[in-house]
Formats: sequence, structure tokens, C-alpha cells
Amino acid sequence: MDHQVLAEPKPLVEIHNLGFSRGEHVIFDDISLSIPRGKVTAIMGPSGIGKTTLLKLMGGQLTPDIGHVLFDGVDVHKCRREELFTLRKRMSMLFQSGALFTDMNVFDNVAFALREHSGLPEEIIKRIVLMKLEAVGLRGTANMMPNELSGGMQRRAALARAIALEPEMVMYDEPFAGQDPISMGVLVKLIRELSAALQLTSVVISHDVQEVLSIADYVYVMADKRVIAQGTPAELKASDMAQLKQFIGGEPDGPVPFHFPAEDYQKELIG
Amino acid sequence: MLTRKIEVLVGLFILSGLAAFLVLVFNVANVEVKANGSNYTLYAKFSNIGGLKVRSPVKVGGVVVGRVSEINLDPTELVPVVKLSMDKRFNQFPETSSLSILTSGLLGEQFLGLTPGFIDDDIAMLVDGDRIDDTHSALVLEELIGQFLYSASKD
Amino acid sequence: MNLLDRVANLGRAAIELVTGFGSAGLMLWGAIARKPRAKGFPLFVKQLYVVGVQSMVLIFVSGLFIGMVLALQGYNILVGFGTEESLGPMVALSLLRELGPVVTALLFAGRAGSALTAEIGLMKSTEQLSSLEMMAIDPLRQIIAPRFWAGVVSLPLLALIFTAVGIYGGHIVGVEWKGIDSGSFWSILQASVEWRQDIVNCLIKSLVFAVVVTWIALYRGYQVIPNPEGISKATTQTVVQSSLAVLALDFLLTALMFGR
Repeated sequence: MDHQVLAEPKPLVEIHNLGFSRGEHVIFDDISLSIPRGKVTAIMGPSGIGKTTLLKLMGGQLTPDIGHVLFDGVDVHKCRREELFTLRKRMSMLFQSGALFTDMNVFDNVAFALREHSGLPEEIIKRIVLMKLEAVGLRGTANMMPNELSGGMQRRAALARAIALEPEMVMYDEPFAGQDPISMGVLVKLIRELSAALQLTSVVISHDVQEVLSIADYVYVMADKRVIAQGTPAELKASDMAQLKQFIGGEPDGPVPFHFPAEDYQKELIG
Repeated sequence: MLTRKIEVLVGLFILSGLAAFLVLVFNVANVEVKANGSNYTLYAKFSNIGGLKVRSPVKVGGVVVGRVSEINLDPTELVPVVKLSMDKRFNQFPETSSLSILTSGLLGEQFLGLTPGFIDDDIAMLVDGDRIDDTHSALVLEELIGQFLYSASKD
Repeated sequence: MNLLDRVANLGRAAIELVTGFGSAGLMLWGAIARKPRAKGFPLFVKQLYVVGVQSMVLIFVSGLFIGMVLALQGYNILVGFGTEESLGPMVALSLLRELGPVVTALLFAGRAGSALTAEIGLMKSTEQLSSLEMMAIDPLRQIIAPRFWAGVVSLPLLALIFTAVGIYGGHIVGVEWKGIDSGSFWSILQASVEWRQDIVNCLIKSLVFAVVVTWIALYRGYQVIPNPEGISKATTQTVVQSSLAVLALDFLLTALMFGR
């Protein structure tokens, strides 16, 4: 879509000094990162760190307390509603639960955004939808309802829906969470292949270390309200930062303690 | 996205709602479809209207021919003035007709009884805006009892 | 200090109340203050089915039974005064003025209102609403608006059906069972029911209830805390709050309409 990609390697999304809190609870404290065009960027971190919140900030669903999110040079949070909607047609999000519309079948789900925005005749929409469904291997489920699909298939159908309008960027929210190894493998393959085939900029948010490291071009690791490490998968694996090693190696104790802070054990038991 | 079944059922739903509305309007409230301006107005003064209310019927021999549309107090004579909205179909009442306030049953609602008067060559029919002079006020139970006691004590 | 805490609690409750009204108002404004579009009509018809048609059996059966019970109880009282002919107006006026709009609104809150809250709450917790947002489609317009209009259209229709069926239920008991003369049942009824005073007011009441119940149901769903506990809580809140709102508004409207 954008022919300047090669000439000018300006990142598609830039986040500058972002701060966000819910009530008293600070979630992000001064985060800066950038998402390069046409690459798979992963954001990793333990659960409960607000990774989904970060995606919602990028999509303009939440407004940060301080800092900016620039999408292709436009400040997402300074747009008026119509401009924001125009931006959102260029991005797309795969939600953790799939978020398929439960009251329509798979075909209508994928066709939904096309019918709303493209203004194409129904006959062409039908072809596009079938092509997208074929790409995720679910053409046979077109007439099924979402609740008849398995969790992994729902996520694939949602992926077909996310790429229906041919966006520039797809944000994946925990695409591998709760999947069996086969579905996980299928999703990894799909994300990698679709990103390459459609020149997509992909943002993957996950805590499944091995899968993420296998598909990402660049990785940000978040902990404790900020970005603690970044680099290519190889760089991260070679790093000797203790916190990073614990996270990538999945060790139960380390800088992130096994025990929730409590009073002295002996004192509390004996009194 | 919509199936035929849903469309038909929604259509039936709206139709039955409208049918209920029509039943209520025509069968329950008994609204009569009339051309506009099919009423004419009469006035009558009473010394006491008792429990007469706006919307009370005006009856001739039990047939409703009109309704009370307004009740006011005459500012100079200080007696009640009743405005009647009469059905155009019943417009053959002579000027000599009389109105009395009657009660349906012992404790029932009060209504106006119209008694048509005699007809003579020089007696005109009542028309819009006319006043009926011959009126009989409501019987007030307390007054009746008072009169009875008074006459009984004289004996 | 304790006293100050209580004052602070009161203040916080008041602020939350006002904020709640404000955001509920904004939600409704965002949903309905838009140009209607052709694409919205099928959505509206579908919601008429969900909200209206699916409540019809409940309303029909309840109307019939309430009319019959009303007639039976009324008959037993009126027969003591020898005025059992007045059964018709008693049944018809109670239904038109009060029971029709109020009971329909209460049943509607339980049947359709709770379903709306649960449905929207589920959409929110499964991120369907966020997903619409991210597709550059306004969920207020796509989800809230058709449901709101369907509720506003359905409830008055349901109240009319309820009332009409109830009056026939009263007729069944009074005339078929207790042997009141059918002619006098209808004629006395017709003499006492009035178009402007009774039927129009019945419609106004049910329209007001329709707006309030649907609004509360949609708002509770839209504001749900997105987890199963939040949804069940919101559903209960919908039924409780809209029932209370209906009863309180009913008193207010009755005072305005019949209080003079």
C-alpha cells in the first residue's frame, strides 16, 4: 500500500514517553517503543502487566495520561472521532477471545467490515470472504456459527476477519494463550505467512516465549511498568540480564520472587 | 441476515399490537368516528350542580345525546354555568326543553336529563350557542332530609 | 473523623449518582442522536423480534390471567353492594390506567430487559464491542441504537395487547362464568372508558416506561464489569432498578394525569 516503505524506514507506530494509570494504580510509566513497517514486533511480559492495555492505547480505545502514540505520523489521541475511524480502517486487532460476533455465522463475521466499509457488491464480497477463509483453512466452516468452532478455529476465523479489509497493521492480543500445541503451530505459521504475504506490520503480544521468539523480528520485554529489554530474538537469548533470563527460561524464582511479599514466615507461624 | 420467519413474526407482532389498539379505541372506549364540527354547544345555568362533572352525559330518555364539556361559575350571578357539547344528529329540541340533574341509581353517577318541551309555531329549535332556561338543580340528600325533618316537626 | 468519613461517603455516592446519570445520558445521546441509515433497519427489525415477539407469549398469558383474577376478585366485592354490573369499568379502568402499562413494564424488565443486559454484557466481556470499535464501527450505533428503538416500540404494543387481552379475560370470568349480562358489561364499560383520559394516558405511560426500562437495561449492559460475576450482577441490577423506576414514575405520572 505504502510505496515509501523501502525508501524511508520510518516506523509505522511510534510511542513516546507513554504513561497510563487506572485510578491510583500505575500501569505504564514512561514507555517508548517503535513498531517498524512490514516486520513482526513482539511485546512480551508476564501476565497482568497491561499488555492488552498497550494495544488498546495504540488503537485509540484508551487515552494515555501523558505521552503520544503516533500512527504513521498522526497522533492517535489528538484525532477527532472520524479521523480516528479512518485510522482504524488501516489497523486491525485480533482479540484474545477471538471476539467473533456470536449472532452471525462465520461468513457474515468475516464479511461484516467489508459490508460496512468497502461498499463493494455482495458478489465480490463473497469472493473476498471465501479467499480469506481459505487462507486460514476454514472455508468449510462458512455457514457454521462461532460457538460450533473450537477455540483455535475461532481464533483463525477472527484472523480471517481481521485481514478482511487488508489493513496495514494487525495487532495480536495473546494469540497463543490456551491453545493446544497443534493450534499453536497453526497460528504461528499463519501469522508468519500472512505477515510476509500481505506485507503486514504485525504486533504480537504474548507471554509464550518460544513461539514469540520463533516469529518475531524484534522483541520488547516489559516488566514493572516499563520496557526492561529490547532486541532481536538472538540478542535477547544471549543477554545475561537476570530478569530476562528468568522470564525466557521460565524459572520459578529469581528477580521476580516466588513469594508474594509477606511478613517474616517464622514470626507469623510461631507468633 | 434476517430470515423470513423473523420478518413474518415481527409483522404479526406489530399487527396484533395495532389490533389491540383498535379494540381498545373502538370497542372499549367506544370512540365514534365523526366528521369534524359535528357538535353544537348549549349553555345552562343551575343553582346547584351537585356531583355533575365534565364528561357527564346528557340523556334524553336514557339515550346519550351529548356531554358536559365545561363547568364554570357565572362571575356576576355566582351560579354554575354548564357548557354542553351536543351531538349534531340530535338537533331537534325546542327552546322549551328543560334540563335536570339526575342520579343513576341511588348512589350512582349524576347526569343531565333533557326533557324535550312542547312544539308550537312560534317556538324555535335550540341552535349552537343557545341557553336552556328551564333547569332543575341537583337534589342534595342533606337538603331533602332537612326538609323532611322540618315538615315532620311541624306536624 | 468518623463523621467526616460519613459526609465524604455521602458526597462520593452523590458524585457517582450524577456521573452515572451523565454517562447514561451520553450513551443514549451517542446512540440515538444520529441520522438513521438504511443499514440500520434490518438490525432494528431483528431486535423487534428478540425484544417484542419473544415477550408476546408471556404478555398474552399474563394479561389473560390478570384480567380473569381481577374480574373474579372484583365480582366478589361488587356483588356485596349489588353493583356487579360495574365489573366492566372496574376491570377495564384498572387495566388501562395502571395494570396494563405497569405490569407489562415489570414483565418486560424481567424478560427483555435482563436479556438485553446479559447480551450486551456478554458482548462486552467477549470483546465484541471493542472489536467493533477497532473495525471503525460505532458500537453505540450498531448495537445500542437498534435495541433501544426496538424496546421503545415494543413495550407500548405489548401493553396494548396485555390490556386488550386482560379485558377479554375479565369478560370471560364476568360474563361466561358469573353470568353478568354481556350487553350491560360492555355498555357500562364503554360509558366509563374515555379515549383521551384512559387510552392516551395508557400509551403515554407505557412509552415512558419503555424508554426508562430499555435505557437502564442497555446502560447496565454497556457498563458491565466484563466477567461472569459482573454480568450476573448487572442483570439483577437491571431488573431491580428498572422495576423501581417504573413504580416511582408510575406514581408521578398518575399524579400528573389523574391527580387533579
